[in-house]
Amino acid sequence: MNPVALVRKLGQAVLAPAIALAVALLVTSLIIMLSGSSVSDFLGVLLQAPSNRNWVNIINQASLLFLAALAASIGFRMNLFNIGVEGQYTLASYAAALVAGMALVPGKLNAVVAIIVAMVVGGIWAGIAGVLKVTRGVSEVISTIMLNAIAITMVGYLMNTYGAQYGQGRRTTPLSSDAMFAGWTPFEPRDGALWTLALLAVVAGVVVSYLINRTRFGFDLRATGMNEAAAVASGVNVKRMVVISMVLSGAIAGLIWLPALFGSAGYYGPPFQRGLGFAGIAVALLGRNRPLGIAFGAALFAWLNEQANPLGLLAGISPSSVQITQGVVVLAVVIAYEVVRRWSAAREQKALRASLDAAAAAAKANQEVSA
Amino acid sequence: MSTTTAPVSTTTSNSRALRYLLLVAVVVGVISLVRVLTGAHEITSSGSLRAALSATVPILMAALGGLWSERAGVVNIGLEGQMLLGTWGAAFGAYHLGPYQGILLGIAFGALGGLLHALATVTFGVDHIVSGVALNVIALGLTTFLAEAFFTNLNSQYGRGGPRQLTGLQNPDVITIPGISDAALWLNDKHWFLLGDLGGLVAALTTRISVITIVAFALVALTAWVLWRTTFGLRLRSCGENPQAAESLGVNVIRHKYAAVIASGAFAGLGGAYLALVSSPGFVVNQTGGRGYIGLAAMIFGNWRPVGVLMGSGLFGYTDSLRLRDPSTVHALLLLLAIGLAALAIMRVRKGQMRGGLIIGAFAALFVLWFALTDSVPREFTSMTPYVLTLLVLAFASQRLRMPKADGQIYRKGSAG
Repeated sequence: MNPVALVRKLGQAVLAPAIALAVALLVTSLIIMLSGSSVSDFLGVLLQAPSNRNWVNIINQASLLFLAALAASIGFRMNLFNIGVEGQYTLASYAAALVAGMALVPGKLNAVVAIIVAMVVGGIWAGIAGVLKVTRGVSEVISTIMLNAIAITMVGYLMNTYGAQYGQGRRTTPLSSDAMFAGWTPFEPRDGALWTLALLAVVAGVVVSYLINRTRFGFDLRATGMNEAAAVASGVNVKRMVVISMVLSGAIAGLIWLPALFGSAGYYGPPFQRGLGFAGIAVALLGRNRPLGIAFGAALFAWLNEQANPLGLLAGISPSSVQITQGVVVLAVVIAYEVVRRWSAAREQKALRASLDAAAAAAKANQEVSA
Repeated sequence: MSTTTAPVSTTTSNSRALRYLLLVAVVVGVISLVRVLTGAHEITSSGSLRAALSATVPILMAALGGLWSERAGVVNIGLEGQMLLGTWGAAFGAYHLGPYQGILLGIAFGALGGLLHALATVTFGVDHIVSGVALNVIALGLTTFLAEAFFTNLNSQYGRGGPRQLTGLQNPDVITIPGISDAALWLNDKHWFLLGDLGGLVAALTTRISVITIVAFALVALTAWVLWRTTFGLRLRSCGENPQAAESLGVNVIRHKYAAVIASGAFAGLGGAYLALVSSPGFVVNQTGGRGYIGLAAMIFGNWRPVGVLMGSGLFGYTDSLRLRDPSTVHALLLLLAIGLAALAIMRVRKGQMRGGLIIGAFAALFVLWFALTDSVPREFTSMTPYVLTLLVLAFASQRLRMPKADGQIYRKGSAG
């Protein structure tokens, strides 16, 4: 690759998100200024060095966000909008916690059972949208939004009917203590532990990027995303691809909350973290649906979430202000990518025209010489 | 030729209208019959219908917003976020200026959300779904932040604030038509067949009805007129069907899309304002609770048409309001659902679609069993209804749905070549 193209590619990969982040922080700062709070306090709190405990939380949180974004990205790579990650992981987390709580198998094997249950439940729930799309022509955007609401209400019903009362809320039967993973404590024990199952994020990331970049399936998937008509012409069974990638996306969505389940919560109930599905979509867009980009995006979102916690206490600013940053950064980054894409497409066209003109002129000159 | 075709088309449209009227009469009759047989008079009590009315309006406004935007070819998943912006704007305006100014500010905030969506999708060509999702994230964060920043310390006769709410706001005026309202309430209390239901409906429409509710229903008619009876509307819809052709005929596609999406945001903002100032006693954070999405569902359910949108919103609004009613009412509705499904099954069988008819018939039987074996329906099942219904309609009637042809596609000026 020639150096100019390399620089341009790097610029696209790094510059666009960097500009988007700057814009997002600027917009958030502006809003904070208008609300009469101090911008320097806001930035100071966000950018202060994280404590050991913060680091642990950031990494744990990033692993969940990474899985969520990875799930969304599989669909996005072939222009399939799985907005239903939220419902898929809610239902899957509940099912996994329920089955693991029954302790059907001894000790740590419960994690394997939970992973299988979560992937199957998540996959089936997403598969409904896939099947509806290919058999009935229902847009997956609408069906997954409906399925989100149905899944979340259904889990609420199941919890209210079969969950055990616990404090203010209800919960599933807790996992036995020998089924839990102690995790790894990089600092003092009081700073908390990194969840063992956060490794799922690494494994899933490697597997998915192999699948997408190095297999026939991945090639078909990317081809369908880039140009469906061309993919069909070259023999890709698009309907099959739609169902498979929806199921795969849902299966990975099923994994999202498992690190927290086996690392700290121990049951489905009030500690369940909502909203990861939608955050995951945002992270996937930020990372351009590439595993490495997603990893950076997840780290950024996790950093913002964790560092925002003391905002209210230290600066008197609502921690939800970072949600504005997160939303704006996504919107800004997709705009930036689109602008860059149009710009480079126009440049390529221009270069092509110039070279064609030159070739035509040369041919004409040749003709004249020979004549 | 033309002289003979004109009367024919009038008769068909007349007979179609007659058929619809007949259908409505049958449906109302069956509802009334079920009510009398089960004794669940709450089904059409004036209280239930009033609650349904106020639950319908926010959904209806979101759905109308969706209609405007999608008719111009822009999918607006950001309705939820625009509604949220509307709730905050309305609460802020109502506290500092007054209820009507609050409504206007809510509309303005929603329109701003629409403008942002238009900027991203129309000018920059960002995918519509992506922009909508981002917009929803921004709106939730922004309204939560603004509520904490501006409402925490408010406490006066105009309202009581908190970091996540602002209640006790002044509401827009309500209207009661004295004679008719009393008579209708009296009739409703008698629970007579058909007359009792009619009384409930009239009472709901004439007793303490908010002026904003009236405005909202007028907006449906206005939308239908503007989009289908004016040049502007024709041009706007042509942008949603075939923007390249519209452009070649000299329509300024970009400007029409902008107008549509901003209007869409304004409608959603009004829906949010209604939530904060009319159907509930004030603002709370994340007040919409997915109503923007239900509105989108109602629009699809209504086949991208004003009357359909109205019916879809009414249906979803009614089920939404049932969450807060007596569970035995919902239980009686199971029977109604079974009758409806049975009718559908018979229709299918008579058309010769045996398999479909039998499947639907089996469902009808299941609902009868459910009705017979239980005596209440879990609340969650009621709140699930709009979503399940939409999914079923999409799955089984999608051939009859017709969305704008270029809906969701990215348009670039000059792409007609």
